[in-house]
Amino acid sequence: MGTRLLGILALVAIVGASAFGLFVVKADLNQGDAQRIMYVHVASAWLAYLSFGVTALAGLAYLVRRDLRFDAVAVSGAELGVMFTAFAIWGGMMWGRPVWGVFWSWGDPRLTTTALLLALGIGYLLLRRLIDDPARRATRAAVAGLIAAVDIPIVHFSVEWWRGLHQGPTIGSPDKILNPSAPGMFVAALMFQLLAFSLAWGWLMLRRYQLARLEWLIEEEGRLGGISAAQRAARSGEVAT
Amino acid sequence: MTDLGFIIAGYGVILGGLALYAMALMRRLRAARSEADRIRRAVGADPLE
Repeated sequence: MGTRLLGILALVAIVGASAFGLFVVKADLNQGDAQRIMYVHVASAWLAYLSFGVTALAGLAYLVRRDLRFDAVAVSGAELGVMFTAFAIWGGMMWGRPVWGVFWSWGDPRLTTTALLLALGIGYLLLRRLIDDPARRATRAAVAGLIAAVDIPIVHFSVEWWRGLHQGPTIGSPDKILNPSAPGMFVAALMFQLLAFSLAWGWLMLRRYQLARLEWLIEEEGRLGGISAAQRAARSGEVAT
Repeated sequence: MTDLGFIIAGYGVILGGLALYAMALMRRLRAARSEADRIRRAVGADPLE
């Protein structure tokens, strides 16, 4: 019941925040209406960080405790991380073309490191599919998740460390939280969308975790029944051919 | 509104993708629940299995 309520709340918040960002807040003087894309772009990027951060922490917890529930949290975070990273890249491209004049530039450190984060996330999910044994899969995935997480601070601070197309942080650094370099309405629209997307993330994480636990149960049943999921898949392939 | 095509593409893909992923996730969850129920019933029907 609580999860369902969270889902409804997230849906209402996303509709409200999107309407606020698209129709209530005024257009930016320099960037025009394209600036409205920032609200969903930044929210997606924040959740990409959070998702891969959760994957790394859950992986670390698995390595310490050897409890497969942490692995279920880790895979949930990785799947959402890949999706939100792809959304952040897409939103950035749709904003970049009218404002910068280009969809993409490999010379920009933030774009390149974000693309790397996406590749690492996809690699994490592919790695999991290669290993049949749950404990071995969880161990190797935990290491991969920790390696992927190294890229999170590099993506975030790339705009301060290197010169590129990206502007510096608007509210992302401690000294700018109380004095953002954007009008109050823009910050309010961004915060509203951040909250709405975070609620959706919470709901999706809970549902994906439930799925991961059920998948483990089904896989375990196949193993205890004397036949692994991989063997079953191979056999079903033989039957099909 | 200026750059309408980019705004529609940006919001459309992100919000639409979010909705599609949520629907696909619920479908996967329903399928896994029914498979898990089948297993529980099978194990309950024959404890030796």
